[in-house]
Amino acid sequence: MTWQSLQDDLSETGYVASDDLAMALFLAVTLGKPLLLEGPAGVGKTQIAKTLAELQETKLIRLQCYEGLDASHAIYEWNYQRQLLSIRASAEDHKPSEEVEEHIFSEKFLLARPLLEAIRQEKPAVLLIDEVDRADEEFEAYLLEILSDFQITIPEIGTITATSRPYVVLTSNGARDLSDALRRRCLYNHVDYPDRHTEMAIIAKRCPALEDRLAEQIVGFVQALRREDLEKRPGIAETLDWAAALAGLGVNDLADDPEQTQATLVCLLKTERDRAAVPKEVQQRLVGRAA
Amino acid sequence: MQVTRFREGAKGPADRLAGFMAHLRYNGIPAGLSETETALEALAAVDAGQPGEVRSALRAICVGDADQERRFDDLFDAYWLSRGRKRVGSSATSAAHNMQARSGSTSRLVSGVSDETGEADMPDDGDEGATGRSGIGRLVASKVTNIEKTDLRKLMTQEDLKRAERVAQQIARSISDGRSRRRKAAMRGAVFDMRKIMRRSVSRGGEPIELFRRKKPDRPVNVVALLDVSGSMTVYARVFLAFLKGLVSADQTTDAYLFHTQLVRISDALRDTDTLRAVNRLSIMAQGFGGGTKIGANLKLFNAQYAAQSVNRRSVVIIMSDGYDTDPPELLAAELARLRRRGARIVWLNPLKGWAGYGPVARGMAAALPYLDHFAAANTLGDLAALEPWLNRI
Repeated sequence: MTWQSLQDDLSETGYVASDDLAMALFLAVTLGKPLLLEGPAGVGKTQIAKTLAELQETKLIRLQCYEGLDASHAIYEWNYQRQLLSIRASAEDHKPSEEVEEHIFSEKFLLARPLLEAIRQEKPAVLLIDEVDRADEEFEAYLLEILSDFQITIPEIGTITATSRPYVVLTSNGARDLSDALRRRCLYNHVDYPDRHTEMAIIAKRCPALEDRLAEQIVGFVQALRREDLEKRPGIAETLDWAAALAGLGVNDLADDPEQTQATLVCLLKTERDRAAVPKEVQQRLVGRAA
Repeated sequence: MQVTRFREGAKGPADRLAGFMAHLRYNGIPAGLSETETALEALAAVDAGQPGEVRSALRAICVGDADQERRFDDLFDAYWLSRGRKRVGSSATSAAHNMQARSGSTSRLVSGVSDETGEADMPDDGDEGATGRSGIGRLVASKVTNIEKTDLRKLMTQEDLKRAERVAQQIARSISDGRSRRRKAAMRGAVFDMRKIMRRSVSRGGEPIELFRRKKPDRPVNVVALLDVSGSMTVYARVFLAFLKGLVSADQTTDAYLFHTQLVRISDALRDTDTLRAVNRLSIMAQGFGGGTKIGANLKLFNAQYAAQSVNRRSVVIIMSDGYDTDPPELLAAELARLRRRGARIVWLNPLKGWAGYGPVARGMAAALPYLDHFAAANTLGDLAALEPWLNRI
């Protein structure tokens, strides 16, 4: 496999990746290193993990990070209920306590959470650690052990090493700076808004039914809109939503019905201030520029 | 601009890659042994004869954030493509940016055995003395930067500056601990959450197996400082820089920026433990130091690029400027209003305010006044220290 062939494969599955992104992903797969993707929301960071899983025909295991995420939700947890039941049951059999203890702290009673699950797969899975910047710094420390050695230490059992090395993709929106230790263990790529050409290719892949002219208008409009002074700039996800909405409404030309076009902007503009910043006049100007 | 020499004995790709990593490290990108190792593996996996591919692969491996990614291309060009001479045009670079571009430039990397052209690589007319590191295999900065370097280095060695730094540290320490009266569930906390423990124990036959805790949540106040280093502020810039260094080194979450006609983030450079290197990094960033001011435009950039991450309702934004702005005052007012909408407190430190008979007549300053929570003088260290009680009250 070369990075070009990976890029082509991605493109066939419906993901148009830039050269740099394809190279980073290729290295991540060949060298078995985690890949850290940063960039604004809605540029397809999460999607690339899904696409990779599809390409490798393997399972996608996703860990959505949030503030307060702890080991018991991310790595493993003991199944207390079953343990209690087991203790009650063994109490009736008068088993020696050491035996009971060994029994209830065996892997049978372990509930695997995403990270443990990922390293115990027979076939290498794709592990997506989404929005890692939202998790606490303590959680990063747990991640370090897993990302460098692919093993998890459980005090009661010992160290579980990976049966297969998952392909790890981490995404971050830059809500806070990640630690250097984490960054150094990962390959890095900054995913930015696509240029006109790439965005056209993405629309052609995702909405093949769309007419070329309308697609060009849509891309031109969104590209111009990103240069406006907005709080939340629309990402690719928004462009695709908008394209789907326009296709669903049977629009052939953005300039045909300004009222309707204005109404469909809900797909692109997600805050009240941004909506106010793009009144119909601005919208018409952008459409004019896009055409 | 930049000049490279390979070490005389540098043989083979491994050595040169190691040299490249050292070159990155010297320029503030932390690349070490493990990166070299990964890079060698990666070069085996890609076509090492193609500069575009090598660039892309090394970039993925060596950089750690978007900022480093932006700088990487220049550093790469300087090391691999300059062949020890100053580049005149950028044609060589743009060709190499193209992934498919075929050029023999990195063939040195693969052939590598002994095209020892090390001696051809002379930095331009011996202006290297300033840093004392005319060492082989390093980049030697050109004259202009050197002058800036010496200028800034002087700023950092005086006793007064140390005091400014100490004042700042004291302020930073005293405000970073806002505490709440509420208690929240927490992984580790001072007190048991009896209510939750009992509630959860019901399903386990009344046995309190899981212990839950509560603690008072931290309400950290984070400081974001913007320092004006334009021509009119140069006399104060050194003290303020030391002040910033103090603020930044006391607290990991503090963010610092310089602005003149451009805005530069300097938090990482200030955090550098190696003071000399910090100064070098700063002077590279402060190109344009002492020029004109664009407060409005810079605030706009700050709002658009950085504010979303670093400013929230617990932030205190400290702007250090004399308010002389070449942008229209309306822009400044609008951007301050926008910053306020994030809920941040805005403090403006103006060194001119300490002067007798000062009135905020500069148009920029007058426009900014309605949006400030605190407008204070800042021409002596005492003025800076006087900030502390005010910051503690919020």
